[in-house]
Amino acid sequence: MSAPFRSAAEDAPWARALLALAAITIGVVILALPLAAVFTEALRRGWGVLWAALAEEDTLAAIRLTLIVAAITVPINTIGGLAACWAIAKHDFPGKRLLVVLVELPFSVSPVISGLVFVLIFGAQGWLGPWLQARDVQIIFALPGLVLATIFVTFPFVARTVLPLMQEQGREEEEAAATLGASGWQIFRRVTLPNIRWALLSGILLCNARAMGEFGAVSVVSGHVRGMTNTMPLHVEILYNEYQFAGAFAVAALLALLGLVTLAAKTLLERRGRHA
Amino acid sequence: MTVEASGITRRFGDAAALDGVDLTVREGELVALLGPSGSGKTTLLRVIAGLEGMDAGTLRIAGQDMAGVPARERGIGVVFQHYALFRHMKVADNIAFGLDVRPRATRPDRAEMTRRVAALLALVQIPDLARRYPDQLSGGQRQRVALARALAIEPRLLLLDEPFGALDALVRRDVRRWVRGLQERLAITTILVTHDQEEAMEMADRVAVMERGRIVQFDTPSALLDQPATPFVAGFIGDAARLPCRVEGGIARFDPLPVAPLPAAVPDGPATAFLRPSELLAEPGSGATVRLLRPQGGGDAHLVVEAGGLVLDARAAPGSTLARGDACHLVPRGGRVFPTAG
Repeated sequence: MSAPFRSAAEDAPWARALLALAAITIGVVILALPLAAVFTEALRRGWGVLWAALAEEDTLAAIRLTLIVAAITVPINTIGGLAACWAIAKHDFPGKRLLVVLVELPFSVSPVISGLVFVLIFGAQGWLGPWLQARDVQIIFALPGLVLATIFVTFPFVARTVLPLMQEQGREEEEAAATLGASGWQIFRRVTLPNIRWALLSGILLCNARAMGEFGAVSVVSGHVRGMTNTMPLHVEILYNEYQFAGAFAVAALLALLGLVTLAAKTLLERRGRHA
Repeated sequence: MTVEASGITRRFGDAAALDGVDLTVREGELVALLGPSGSGKTTLLRVIAGLEGMDAGTLRIAGQDMAGVPARERGIGVVFQHYALFRHMKVADNIAFGLDVRPRATRPDRAEMTRRVAALLALVQIPDLARRYPDQLSGGQRQRVALARALAIEPRLLLLDEPFGALDALVRRDVRRWVRGLQERLAITTILVTHDQEEAMEMADRVAVMERGRIVQFDTPSALLDQPATPFVAGFIGDAARLPCRVEGGIARFDPLPVAPLPAAVPDGPATAFLRPSELLAEPGSGATVRLLRPQGGGDAHLVVEAGGLVLDARAAPGSTLARGDACHLVPRGGRVFPTAG
């Protein structure tokens, strides 16, 4: 009796089953279970307690601050990321390779260091510290510092999502548009942008998720002033350290929910992008 | 619309892609830029289109100096090698693009735009494809869309960059004849870049043969065949065999090859002869052997002959009865002889 035909690239049935099992196990234990735990813990004492925990003044301030930081960071990184992609993919200039490396730098540097750099520059003992203090400008331990650190950490998301697509698409369509009489802005708005729109939206969502969730860099520049410079991730830590588990898990659940919504939106966009 | 280029030079790093190119294209003419890859023909086309800068030289289109005139103000229609259709736009929007990006004062209204697009679709013979996206079209259809899009801006000059390269051989022949007919009907000055000499010779009024960033000869197709200016042109145009010979007193001798002498108006000394298969007749004799034989009907036959280690395409002399394996010798009926440099 002959064995059933198996194509060359196909693994043995037992190998396939083992690999699938391993992947599912890791997915459940490492990824899904902790997430489920956060929501379970948050809801353990019921919706009422959860709601009360979220409605606390400092928590509301943290949520507000997080949204403000994201609202400033995401547009800046969208425009900056697009500009970097546009420059790298559509033009040749000296230092282009350096720019490509710089775009990825925030991914490879520890967020704590990203935060420390800003303290070093703008902090009271930093390079520009005395100059800023003389003019009563507060950057570190204030909103500008939080925004700067978040911009730095989340810069690559838009750029890295869009750049490969732009490079793959080349310059021909832009050149064709130019010969047809389109201005630079018309070319960008009517040819380049529509070609990258799904990747761009997906990059923006990832950037937003990270901007709201960033802990390390923000922790260094924040100063942890409750109700003033505490973002949601920092607030979770403070509540947890003070044994306020109900509050900690309530904020954590909200943060996780924001992340999940982002992920769902991104998945949906990618599906649309494939059909467009 | 005339094009006058003089001394155009374009360097990429140390390498000169264009090295002092002079080219004059007359009103309504179709000129082909023909050359091997890397000869600079596409770069020249891009310089004319304004997509590439030049390091030296002047370019005039309709007498107007193009220095500092950006691509979008030149009013030149370009059909790109891979068509470069806007992939997210329907065919109709692709074609209307050049009209739609005009400033409001010169932009046709919706109805006029629709009418113009329909007319262009009819012109390129794809009236039913207006609502399709580029990725739903065949190569030939995409090419027609690209042509219609370029023609929509009523260009004074049309540039075609290897426009038939992505089509399969059968479609290519039909499409290029159709394009040539259309070009004549519209009387639009056209420059075509190609590496396919059959395409250049069939379509163009004049052909500029390019080699290493220079135009080595610019002439009509028949003049290129009959009076090639350099050995490169003689070897590149037509399907010529290259035979070493020695010229003495106006006669090229091919000893020790079994090839009869050929009159040659070049100085005495070593030389190279370029002989097309139709110019090389095989007669019964000695020194060469018929290796392959392809009858053409009517007693005519294409031969592959081996002579002194060379494999040559030849024709059977009229009335000869050569068969595979027969011994023969070769008689040149014509050919172009160039003194060997150095």
